[in-house]
Amino acid sequence: MKSFTVIQGIAAPMDRANVDTDMIIPKQFLKSIKRTGFGKNLFDELRYLDEGKPDQSCEGRPINTGFPLNFPRYKDASILLARENFGCGSSREHAPWALDDYGFRSVIAPSFADIFFNNCFKNGLLPIILSEEIVDRLFKEMYATEGYQLTVDLAAQTVTTPSGDSFGFEIDAFRKHCLLNGLDDIGLTLEHADKIRAYETRRRAEAPWLFDVVK
Amino acid sequence: MAKTLYDKLWDAHLVHQSDDGSALIYIDRHIVHEVTSPQAFDGLRMAGRKPWRVDSILATPDHNVPTTRKERAHGVSGIQDPVSLIQVKTLDDNCDEFGILEFKINDERQGIVHVVGPETGACLPGMTVVCGDSHTATNGALGSLAHGIGTSEVEHVMATQCLVAKKMKNMLIKVDGKLGLGVTPKDVVLAIIAKIGTAGGTGYAMEFGGQVFREMSMEGRMTVCNMAIEAGARAGMVAVDQTTIDYVKGRTFAPKGDLWEKAVAEWKNFVSDDGAHFDSVVEINGADIKPQVSWGTSPEMVVSVEDKVPDPASEIDPVKRNDMIRALQYMGLEANQPITSIHVDRVFIGSCTNSRIEDIRAAAEVVRGRQKAGSVKEAIVVPGSGAVKAQAEAEGLDKIFIAAGLEWREPGCSMCLAMNADKLGAGEHCASTSNRNFEGRQGYGGRTHLVSPAMAAAAAIAGHFVDVRTFN
Ligand code: SF4
Repeated sequence: MKSFTVIQGIAAPMDRANVDTDMIIPKQFLKSIKRTGFGKNLFDELRYLDEGKPDQSCEGRPINTGFPLNFPRYKDASILLARENFGCGSSREHAPWALDDYGFRSVIAPSFADIFFNNCFKNGLLPIILSEEIVDRLFKEMYATEGYQLTVDLAAQTVTTPSGDSFGFEIDAFRKHCLLNGLDDIGLTLEHADKIRAYETRRRAEAPWLFDVVK
Repeated sequence: MAKTLYDKLWDAHLVHQSDDGSALIYIDRHIVHEVTSPQAFDGLRMAGRKPWRVDSILATPDHNVPTTRKERAHGVSGIQDPVSLIQVKTLDDNCDEFGILEFKINDERQGIVHVVGPETGACLPGMTVVCGDSHTATNGALGSLAHGIGTSEVEHVMATQCLVAKKMKNMLIKVDGKLGLGVTPKDVVLAIIAKIGTAGGTGYAMEFGGQVFREMSMEGRMTVCNMAIEAGARAGMVAVDQTTIDYVKGRTFAPKGDLWEKAVAEWKNFVSDDGAHFDSVVEINGADIKPQVSWGTSPEMVVSVEDKVPDPASEIDPVKRNDMIRALQYMGLEANQPITSIHVDRVFIGSCTNSRIEDIRAAAEVVRGRQKAGSVKEAIVVPGSGAVKAQAEAEGLDKIFIAAGLEWREPGCSMCLAMNADKLGAGEHCASTSNRNFEGRQGYGGRTHLVSPAMAAAAAIAGHFVDVRTFN
């Protein structure tokens, strides 16, 4: 998993409450065999004017020019500003996969749906909870300033605005440790690689029929 | 201290124990198929990782593969459904890229993951086995610790050779006595699920013990362990005995020569010690078990063929009563209707539960010299693997089915989950030897009745359920 330390990037708006995972990535795209490549279909029904189909190139599809992510000023955004209960609905891990593939590294909202919140951490995406008041203020500043960038510092647990105002956020210590070091479950298990190797060496001697047979 | 079979398997594979109760368990064998693996391979690539031990992995496509000879003739490129085609092709590409042994679509060793594992000797007694499929417990029949895992875990096991696990509790299902004539392992496991319910084994590793299992063939034990998950248990298992050892001997990947002797000595230890503690014990008298037929939309909704469809009015628990009413509606059945009055539109003999040679023989025995009822639109027999298919053909069983008006197909999961073209139509009743009768499992609106191969074959001939014990 990618590690997350400090991210400075353009913030883009998803200015509505209760954004569900179906909206984030519609169900027809779940047939994919990949965990990557969902970015082009992120918010598909809002971004495009036609109905998206799996395995279709999105180039040449009619764009919804009224949808903020299509505005040139939010191009290359890496931080999504959102409203309450972001990521509700189906448990699909394809939702964080799509946000990540599009290029988002962090989502800031007053609250998140539980499963989505958990799924984010498995995929190196940092969900940040700030109060409704602060989120509202960030929205306003973002709308007022083209090229508005936020800085997220995970170690310091702060979100900093261009004018230098900093807001602290909470995060579970274990999750913070995993994200900072880019440790997913696999990374954590591999911290015990020596033990795994030692076990294997012993078993190779005791029970050689378990090794090098299926190939 | 006296240990259970599960305790021993756990201890023998423990790599690391954390204070919070979670542990790392070493995985000896990882079986892979096309549906739950693509994102895992992708994850490895994205992280720049390689499988920890390629020789622990064996792959074969099964869920999506077509089963008609015509569609199979052209291999992967002949698969007509584009999504299935991509999934099967992706498995091929991934296995080629990482150097994993795969029995490809028209390889004579291809088949359903849980049939291929034991029959090739890739899965052996005393092993830990995982696969991204909940019916992996089938391999527990060998006296191994086998269970299904999710896609993230598939990736985890590939990358680390370990599974993060918490130790489960021990449950013993003890079936003593003698099974009556015409009563099969499928009936035994359905009767167990009917007794303990679909959540009865949740949180437990389930050992099947007692006279009935000691006298049961390996293939029968596989049928029983296969459905442990339908009783809520992630793992089901049977202790190693001479039947196990005789079954494994001579299989392609089984040890040979001196190693064989050494292995057998180790395997004989994989039994529960006398006096070992089980957190839960369920006892059933084998002599009481009759041929079973499921009537509802959950594997616990099952009665004997002599019974009637249950009446929700006699159920006191309101939640259960509602479930029953809903199930009857979905299944298009009336309360108190005799099971034998249920007509079948299609018959499916196959799936990882019942597609091994003994199952095929049992079905052939019933249809030999008879004709499928005209009212049955289709009856398909789908062998579990290329090896089962070849064996059945060598015994002339294919001809018996064809002469009786049944279809003889190519190996795969087929109508068990209807990811390929083999599906039920809405409202159609199916006598099926598979393991799940959930709504829509075998096709949108389809109505599944879980039965043994002999019972399914008898229904194909009669056009409705009949008691195979008195069917002649
Ligand atoms: S036969 Fe059915 S239950 Fe078995 S592996 Fe295939 S789809 Fe799963």
